[in-house]
Amino acid sequence: MTTAGLERRGLAELRGPLAFVEGVAGIAFHEFVDLVGSDGETRPARVLSTTERGAIVEVFGVTDGLKLDTSRVRFHGRPMRFGVGPELLGRVFDGLGRPRDALPPPACVERRPIGGSPINPCRRAYPRDFLETGISAIDALNSVVLGQKIPIFTESGLAHDALAMQIIRQAHAPSVEKFAVVFVALGLPRDTATRYLDDLQTSGSRGRLIAFLNLADDPTSERLITPRLALTAAEYLAFDAGYHVLVVLHDITNYGEALREISAARGEVPSRKGYPGYLYSDLASLFERAGRIAGRGGSITQIPIVTLPSGDLSHPIPDLTGYVTEGQIVLDREIARRGIYPPIAVLSSLSRLMADGIGEGRTRDDHPDVAKQLYAAVARVERARGLASIIGVDELTEIERTYLRFGERFERELLAQRGNESRTIAETLDRAWTVLRELPRTELTRVRDKTLEKYLAP
Amino acid sequence: MSDTAGQITEISGWVVRARAATPLALREVVLVGHERLIGEVIALTRDEVTIQVYEETEGVAPGDPIYATGEPLSIELGPGLLGGVFDGVQRPLRKLADEEGDFIGRGQRMTALDREALWEFTPEIESGRAIHEGDVLGRVMETPALAHPIVVPAGVSGTVQWIAPAGPRRVADTIARLDDGRELTMLQKWRARVRRPVRERLVPDAPLITGQRVLDTFFPLARGGTAAMPGGFGTGKTVTQHQLCRWAEADVIIFVGCGERGNEITQLIDELPRLVDPRTKRLLAERTILIANTSNMPVSAREASLFTGATIGEYYRDLGYDVLLLADSISRWAEALREISGRLGEMPAEEGYPPYLSSALAAFFERAGQVVTLSGGRGSLTIITAISPPAGDLTEPVTRHAARFVRTFWTLDRQLAAARVFPAVSTRSSYSETPAGVTSWWSSNVSPQWAATREEAMKFLEEAALIEETARLVGVDSLPEREQFVLHLAERFQEDFLRQNAYDEDAWCAPARQMEMLERFMKMRREGVAS
Repeated sequence: MTTAGLERRGLAELRGPLAFVEGVAGIAFHEFVDLVGSDGETRPARVLSTTERGAIVEVFGVTDGLKLDTSRVRFHGRPMRFGVGPELLGRVFDGLGRPRDALPPPACVERRPIGGSPINPCRRAYPRDFLETGISAIDALNSVVLGQKIPIFTESGLAHDALAMQIIRQAHAPSVEKFAVVFVALGLPRDTATRYLDDLQTSGSRGRLIAFLNLADDPTSERLITPRLALTAAEYLAFDAGYHVLVVLHDITNYGEALREISAARGEVPSRKGYPGYLYSDLASLFERAGRIAGRGGSITQIPIVTLPSGDLSHPIPDLTGYVTEGQIVLDREIARRGIYPPIAVLSSLSRLMADGIGEGRTRDDHPDVAKQLYAAVARVERARGLASIIGVDELTEIERTYLRFGERFERELLAQRGNESRTIAETLDRAWTVLRELPRTELTRVRDKTLEKYLAP
Repeated sequence: MSDTAGQITEISGWVVRARAATPLALREVVLVGHERLIGEVIALTRDEVTIQVYEETEGVAPGDPIYATGEPLSIELGPGLLGGVFDGVQRPLRKLADEEGDFIGRGQRMTALDREALWEFTPEIESGRAIHEGDVLGRVMETPALAHPIVVPAGVSGTVQWIAPAGPRRVADTIARLDDGRELTMLQKWRARVRRPVRERLVPDAPLITGQRVLDTFFPLARGGTAAMPGGFGTGKTVTQHQLCRWAEADVIIFVGCGERGNEITQLIDELPRLVDPRTKRLLAERTILIANTSNMPVSAREASLFTGATIGEYYRDLGYDVLLLADSISRWAEALREISGRLGEMPAEEGYPPYLSSALAAFFERAGQVVTLSGGRGSLTIITAISPPAGDLTEPVTRHAARFVRTFWTLDRQLAAARVFPAVSTRSSYSETPAGVTSWWSSNVSPQWAATREEAMKFLEEAALIEETARLVGVDSLPEREQFVLHLAERFQEDFLRQNAYDEDAWCAPARQMEMLERFMKMRREGVAS
């Protein structure tokens, strides 16, 4: 028995984004339904739980103004789907996948359930192909590989938008032709979203871009659908059409808050800070859609942007994101205050998949050693700075002062770069050597002798 | 075997309720909906059954049927597990991929053990012999390095009327017939949540060598012991777990990827068939079993995966082997428990976790141990779990409860990880309640000086930590020369001893070499301090 095509007039209850439908038997779990108000507007909705008497549905749209008796519920008898195909490229959609660019809906080759299915771990291909962002702090010290998921942890007022746009413009994989970007706005202010679109249009990246925009004043509950539409599109491009797809999800904090809102409306038992106990699994159901599949050409790389609520890294959203993703790129207010862009905190950032994606035959033979040496040296810089702030620079040892000088040059010459400057990995590593020469050779303990011989002499 | 046993009345995520038409048993496996998804009865009232479903329930509707199987959820045990990759309810993932492709679908039921594979069986008893549970009937070579004894299942005894002659057999073929007509095969089934019986539980008397200096030397783990490794994200839990999975000295290693990343499991699947066991010179894949229930696979099966792993571990223990079970991570398991409990509408205790979190953890950890098996042999199951405490907070419920049941506690430190010192095991907040047997093992097998040298090193590290605190306030130059020396030596000790590269020949360090390095450092300390 299926409910496909069935329509019912009248609701039993409306509470925030939730609606209660009664008197319909056989409503399937996670079934896709339409809720139509007396205004004639259709709001998509999904079944959250179902019994013989009826179901609770979450409505992806505005429920204000709906009435119990005049609302109609239309059943589809199947989960929510999204039409995918090559025509998606270059298009802009709203948070529910409807064209926002005044063009007719794109032709699709297939309509797919938006929840996706887990990739069988036996069929994943381990990511190890370097993705060049042209940004030294990322490419040298937190190298990203195709198929990785790595968030940007940031705070309000930091340059994450400029950085994300720069990554979108510049990201490319050497020797890869089919490259696409899926930009997903989750609760972004309109002007920010517009800036992204304008930037991408003028930079000529448009043809390889798909945008899904759920804006700050769009319904909160819609936010739970938007990333799943986008990832369904990305999966098609990556695993059917062979594209290397970069998915930017901005901002996951807004997504988490939408999840909390729905959970609270359902009266669920909260875990930390009111977020539902399944926040981790829910985030994983998005982030785990990144990856590569053996024998299929493309890949999905995800860069979610997470605004830390009041800069708190231990907040449930960044914390659980960090547990699912493969590293993190952390932006730091103090570095930004020194006028450095991009303000990437080298030591608290991490790319878990870096080790297998760099080195001879991938980036350059000296890359692993250079990265290790830079981490060690930057750790010494931090210690020396901490000490200097207590006892004063004059009291430092000679080598500690050398590290302070190194720290200066590292930030100015390697970390900092212009917003439109794209450096090849070779340029980045050459710059790294220039600043490493500030240190005496005896301090370069993390670099193998043969590498030192090859690169240290100017 | 499956008649319609009732009708579904309610679906909420992994929890399905139904009206039963035939009596069902608690913990019985039922198949749910037209797609026949795997489920387990977790509560019964006179007119309603509650079922935990181990697959996605999308599309299941009230009114759909459920089917009884008459069997409890059980784990298949026998030759053919080694080298396998299974999900949380022991579905073979490689075979699943062959049948349905790159993505995991639903309603696919297949046996964990390949029914067609042939094993060269060699009988070890003759007909007419009286047998009891645990007795060895014969054996097969499961891998070139591991002989797999075929034993009489628990609770079975009788007189052998017929035993299969040497030759190739399938797991489900009869290999022995008893006088009462019962037939025995190489395949056994055991309920995942029930401990397997042993003759006697022993006090652990030897260390499980991991090849990791900071662990073996400072915070040793006993064979048959339990360890927890809490660490915030980015502190290297997974890399350390992978290190142990590769190099720990055990005959069989079971890695349970419990709610973690897909790429990490893939990394193990990729590299284990290429790495060589330094002791047996065989491929590591041949001694390893992977249980993968990644974070985006069904949460309910994640909850089951720990017990699936423990049951397989106990089975190889009962065959007389030293088994190591690694679970990454029990925090994700506890979250699964919490989610199911929430869907059942149970009253939560701390942070939404159910009140039985502690007893469920205890039930898992208590499956570790060194034992005398039913056949009189020796075997052990050691358990190492990673914990992912929210915000790195060690006072949260899962860490706190686990700490009550484990004897070895390896705390991973964010500052060490940020300085890229791996394994990032904090020497100040880790501990090991080392049994006397471990100390005497080191004394008799490595050096009689072990305990004393280790104690000296611990004091040295503590002293260095205190000096460092002072140095942070006044600068190194202002310290007395002796303290500067200790600090300098401690830095080198961290660099050369505590730090261990997971990716080169340093990845595994033999106990004798560990002791040698330690002694050299302590000698430098004595000489340096004296001058």
